[in-house]
Amino acid sequence: MGTSSEPAARAGADVASTTSGGDSTLLPELVAHLRERRTQLREEWARRITEAGLLTAMTSDEVFNEATSVYDNYVEALETGSVEALEEYARSLSERIIPRGVETYEVLGIVLLLRDVLARSLFEKYQHDFELLLRVLDAYEPAANRIALTVAVGFVEERERVIRQQQEAIRDLSTPVLQVRERLVILPIIGALDSQRARQLTEQLLRSIRTNRAKVVVIDITGVPEIDSTVANHLVQTVDASRLMGANVIITGLSAEIALTLVTLGVDLSKVNAVGDLQGGIEEAERLLGYEVIRSQPADQR
Amino acid sequence: MAVPILKQGDYLIATIQSAMTDSEAEQLRDDLMERIGRYRSRGIIVDITALDVMDSFAARSLRNIAHMTLLRGADTVVVGMQPEVAFAMVQLGLTFEDVHTALDLEEGLAFLDARTGR
Repeated sequence: MGTSSEPAARAGADVASTTSGGDSTLLPELVAHLRERRTQLREEWARRITEAGLLTAMTSDEVFNEATSVYDNYVEALETGSVEALEEYARSLSERIIPRGVETYEVLGIVLLLRDVLARSLFEKYQHDFELLLRVLDAYEPAANRIALTVAVGFVEERERVIRQQQEAIRDLSTPVLQVRERLVILPIIGALDSQRARQLTEQLLRSIRTNRAKVVVIDITGVPEIDSTVANHLVQTVDASRLMGANVIITGLSAEIALTLVTLGVDLSKVNAVGDLQGGIEEAERLLGYEVIRSQPADQR
Repeated sequence: MAVPILKQGDYLIATIQSAMTDSEAEQLRDDLMERIGRYRSRGIIVDITALDVMDSFAARSLRNIAHMTLLRGADTVVVGMQPEVAFAMVQLGLTFEDVHTALDLEEGLAFLDARTGR
């Protein structure tokens, strides 16, 4: 995202600098105009945001406060031609509003609204001189577009960063390999499996076979809602790879739906040792390892 | 570098130290077959702990050794495969269906003891 947006932003900057090169006096004049009309334009903008039904997750006071900050940053970016401060602000704004459920279209919408509000005020001011208006717009438009782009990209990037972070957190949380007896580990899988997670799981399992000196592995997939052919084949590969390291694999908790999927897909499960539930799987593993669990007293005499 | 083969009681232990060239793999096969006859061995352990890659020719050679050993009345067990090697092999479709495997040398010896009834 970052790399693809940069050339576009730079292209915008080039346009801005070439145009303002001819009319170097116009941009400062424009900025002065926007400063002068700050209160009015800001209110107009906040009103249009409410009208358009954007930022409904925020109160009108919050909208007005954010609108003020965005407005000031916007004008400053127009004045200096540098979007760095704005980028920083867009990032912190995104951090604040993403958890509140603000959508991408809303952010894009408000920035475009601000652009329109400001453009309208320029039309108003320069309506008597069409030539001058065109030159003012030549200076204003590339800079305004670049600002809109910066804010939108900043928001999307922040959102993607949050998603990536959450994906990693889920992945780390959800693949524990647990030792229950000497030489016996279990791997309870909870949640949907995609091929990336399946691969990571395999790697983690193979490593822990070595560190725990496991001879039997019970993979419990009770918590997996569905499975596709890639993941099913990955499970078969996991079984094969574990065997290459000298460990037996028992798969437990195959639901009726998953069993049907696997049979329909025609996944070769002849080598897979499947047991109904986790308890049965652990009992089978104990049998393979030569353990015998005996109750010292009948339970009802305790 | 030729693969050293140790005789340990009824078993032969071949420890592969680094990736084998094709001719080294063939040499290992011939050496093992010669010694299995000379010492009347009942089992072979091939230790590949030191290997971090295995090409398909080496994998096929190991499988051939296992099959040939079987025909000469002994068992082969491959021990010490690294997680990365195991994963790479199954992705290449080399699953060693009919070759015995064990975690390490100790496990391999225990396996052969169980097989030969000690």
